[in-house]
Amino acid sequence: MVHFPPPRRQMVGPGRTRCCGPPGAAPAMNCRAEVLEVSVEGRQVEEAMLAVLHTVLLHRSTGKFHYKKEGTYSIGTVGTQDVDCDFIDFAYVRVSSEELDRALRKAVGEFKDALRGSGSDGMGQISLEFYQKKKSRWPFSDECIPWELWTIKVNVVNLANEQERQICREKVGEKLCEKIINIVEVMNRHEYLPKMPTQSEVDNVFDTSLKDVQPYLYKISYQITDSLGTSVTTTMRRLIKDTLAL
Amino acid sequence: MDTDLSSQDRKDLDKFIKFFALKTVQVIVQARLGEKICTRSSSSPTGSDWFNLAIKDIPEVTHEAKKALAGQLPAVGRSMCVEISLKTSEGDSMELELWCLEMNEKCDKEIKVSYTVYNRLSLLLKSLLAITRVTPAYRLSRKQGHEYVILYRIYFGEVQLSGLGEGFQTVRVGTVGTPVGTITLSCAYRINLAFMSTRAGEDNGAVYPSVEDSQEVCTSSFSTSPPSQCVFTVTKAHFQTPPPVVTDTLKVPMMGLAFSHQLSSSRLSYQPAALGVGSADMGYPVLFAGGLHAAHPHQLIGPGKEGGVPPVPSQPAHGTQADQERMCTPLDGVHYSAATPSSSEDTETVSNSSEGKCGSPHDLLETIFVRKVGAFVNKPINQVTMANLDIPFAMFAPKNVELEDNDPMVNPPDSPETESPLQGSLHSEGSSGSSTGNTHDDFVMIDFKPAFSKDDILPMDLGTFYREFQNPPQLSSLSIDIGAQSMAEDLDSLPEKLAVHEKNVKEFDAFVETLQ
Repeated sequence: MVHFPPPRRQMVGPGRTRCCGPPGAAPAMNCRAEVLEVSVEGRQVEEAMLAVLHTVLLHRSTGKFHYKKEGTYSIGTVGTQDVDCDFIDFAYVRVSSEELDRALRKAVGEFKDALRGSGSDGMGQISLEFYQKKKSRWPFSDECIPWELWTIKVNVVNLANEQERQICREKVGEKLCEKIINIVEVMNRHEYLPKMPTQSEVDNVFDTSLKDVQPYLYKISYQITDSLGTSVTTTMRRLIKDTLAL
Repeated sequence: MDTDLSSQDRKDLDKFIKFFALKTVQVIVQARLGEKICTRSSSSPTGSDWFNLAIKDIPEVTHEAKKALAGQLPAVGRSMCVEISLKTSEGDSMELELWCLEMNEKCDKEIKVSYTVYNRLSLLLKSLLAITRVTPAYRLSRKQGHEYVILYRIYFGEVQLSGLGEGFQTVRVGTVGTPVGTITLSCAYRINLAFMSTRAGEDNGAVYPSVEDSQEVCTSSFSTSPPSQCVFTVTKAHFQTPPPVVTDTLKVPMMGLAFSHQLSSSRLSYQPAALGVGSADMGYPVLFAGGLHAAHPHQLIGPGKEGGVPPVPSQPAHGTQADQERMCTPLDGVHYSAATPSSSEDTETVSNSSEGKCGSPHDLLETIFVRKVGAFVNKPINQVTMANLDIPFAMFAPKNVELEDNDPMVNPPDSPETESPLQGSLHSEGSSGSSTGNTHDDFVMIDFKPAFSKDDILPMDLGTFYREFQNPPQLSSLSIDIGAQSMAEDLDSLPEKLAVHEKNVKEFDAFVETLQ
C-alpha cells in the first residue's frame, strides 16, 4: 500500500465564478475547456453521452480516501467494467460504481428528454464541469471555482430507413472512438489538477458522498438550442446527494 | 542522474515501473480475450491493488511478462512490447497491433516519485483501459471463436513494426515523466486487414517467426496441464457453483489463452473429422464469442455440459475420450457402456476442489482453463451443437426433443441417455428416456444459470433464488385433509346460519336499499 504524505494546503489557482452562475458564462481564467461534437440519431443520444461522460469520469475519479493519523492517507480501489452499447457499434469502460452510473444516467436522461422536447431542432450541448469549493466567510456563500469544463455538442439527425441506421451505428461508433482518443490525449497532458486536500478540505475538492469511489467535485448542465437558434438555458445542479435523496 | 534521486525514491520508482509494466500487459491481454471485464470498486484499500485500480492478474500472463522482462525494466532502447495477432482456423495469421511501453531520455527531476509519478501512472492505466476498447482489434477479439483466435506475444527490446503492414496508425495512450526518463505508452495498429497467406510452415519472413513465437508463448503457458486432465477437471467443476470472483476473473482470461493453446494442439492433430481435445467444449466459445450475450453461454452450456460432453467417435488422444466419459460419470453415477475409467473418486475429489472452495491456484487454473479448450476445433459435433444451441434460451425451448434432453429441468443429469445433447450422432444409449419422474431434488443440484444472471456480485443469485422458490410448500387451505374437515363442519353449521340470516332479513333489506 502506498501511503501518501500529508498534502499541502491547496492554493487557489484558477479564476473565480459564483457557484450557481449561468452555465453559458465563459469559463473562468485557467479553467481548461474542451469541446467535443457528435452527430447522432435520437436513440443513440443516451449511450453516446454516457460513453463520453463515463470516460471522463473514469480519469477523474479516485478510490475513497482514508485519512490516518499524522495526516497521511490511503486510497481505495477503483474497479472498472465494460459497457456495450445497444444502438452504437461501440464499447467503453466505466467506473464500477452504480451510484455514479445512476447519477449520470439521470442527467443524460433529462438532457435527452429536453432534446426531444418542443422548440428544439435537435441541437443542444451537455457540459461536465469539475470545480473546487472555496469557503467564504459569512455572509458570503461558498465559491465554486471550475478547473475543467467538458462540453459535448450534440446534433440529432433523423434517418429515413434501416440501411441508414445501420451505417449510422458504425459511423457513430468510429466517431466515439476518436472522441475517446481525444479525451485521453487531454487527460495525459497532466495539466492543472487540484492539489490533494487535507482531511478538512477533502469535501472542497472531491465528492465524498459515494460509497465506493471518489470523483472530483463535478456538476452537469445542459443547454438546448431552439429552432430559432437562441439558447434556452437550463441549469441542473447535479449533486449526488440530491439524486440519492429522491 | 541517479545522484539527484534518493535511493528510496529510486527503489520506489523501479518498483512502480516494474508493476506498471506488468499491469499494462494484463490490461492489454485481458482486453483481447473476447469478454467483457468487470472488477469491483472497494472503498477499503486492500494493499494489493497497484495504482489503486482493480486489475486482476492472470498468472500466465504475469509469468510471460516476467519472462520477457527477465529482470530488466523498460529503458531507452529497451521497450516492452505486446503484440496482438489474429490466427484463423486455416492457419493464416496477421499481426493486428503492437503496444509499446518505452522510455526516452527526457527526465523530469522535480517530480515527486511516490506521489505524482504514482498517480500519473494510475491515470495512464485508466487511459489504457479506455484505449484498448477503441482500436479495431477489440471488436475482432470480441467476435473470436472457431473461425479465428487472437493471440498475444510479449517481447522486450527493439520495437518491430514490420508485421503491421502498410499504413498502420499509431495512437499514443499517454506519457509520464520521471526523474530517470519519460515513460511512453502507445499502440500501433494495422489498417489493412487483407489477409496474407501465412500458414505455418511457409517461409514468410517476419510473420512466421512471430506466429511461431506466439505459439511458443501460449503453449508454454499451459504446459502444466495436459488437455485431457484439464477437460475432465474443468467440466466437473463447472457443475459446482463457482464463486463469482473466479467466474469473473479466470474464466474470461483463460479463454483467449485456451484458444492459443488449443490452436497449437489442434494444429498438431488437425483433421476435419477428428475430434480434438476438449471437443466437448466446442460449442462454448462460439457461443461465448459469437455475438450472443455473456449470459447465454452460461445458460446454454450449462445443460449441455451437465448433460455431459458427448463422447466422440474418434479420438486422437485416448486420454481425452476417457476423460470426457469420466466427465459424465459423476453426473449420473452410471457408467457408460463404453469404457469408462473408474474415476469417480477422482471426480469427487475434483468436484470438491471447485473454484474457490479449495484448490491451489493451479487447480483453479486448470478448472477454468479447460472449459474453453475445445474452442476452435471444427468438428461435426460443433455444428450439431451449434444447431442445437443456435437459438437463444435454447434450454427453455419447448417440445424440442434434443433440447429437452439438454434441459436439466426435464432431464436431471442422473439419466445417462439424456446427457448427450447430440444423442443421435454419438454414443447414445437410447435417447429419449426422459426421466420426468425425477423430482426436484435432482434439479436443485444442477448449477442452473438463468439468462442475464450475473453470479459475480450477489451472494444469492437468480439461479439460487429460482431453485429455492421453485417448489414452494402447498398452501394449507388447499390440502385435502384440512379441506375435508372444514367442509364437514361447514355443512353442519349451515342450518343454524340460515336461521340467523332469516331473522335479520329486514336489516339486510335496509342495507341493500342504502346501497342503491
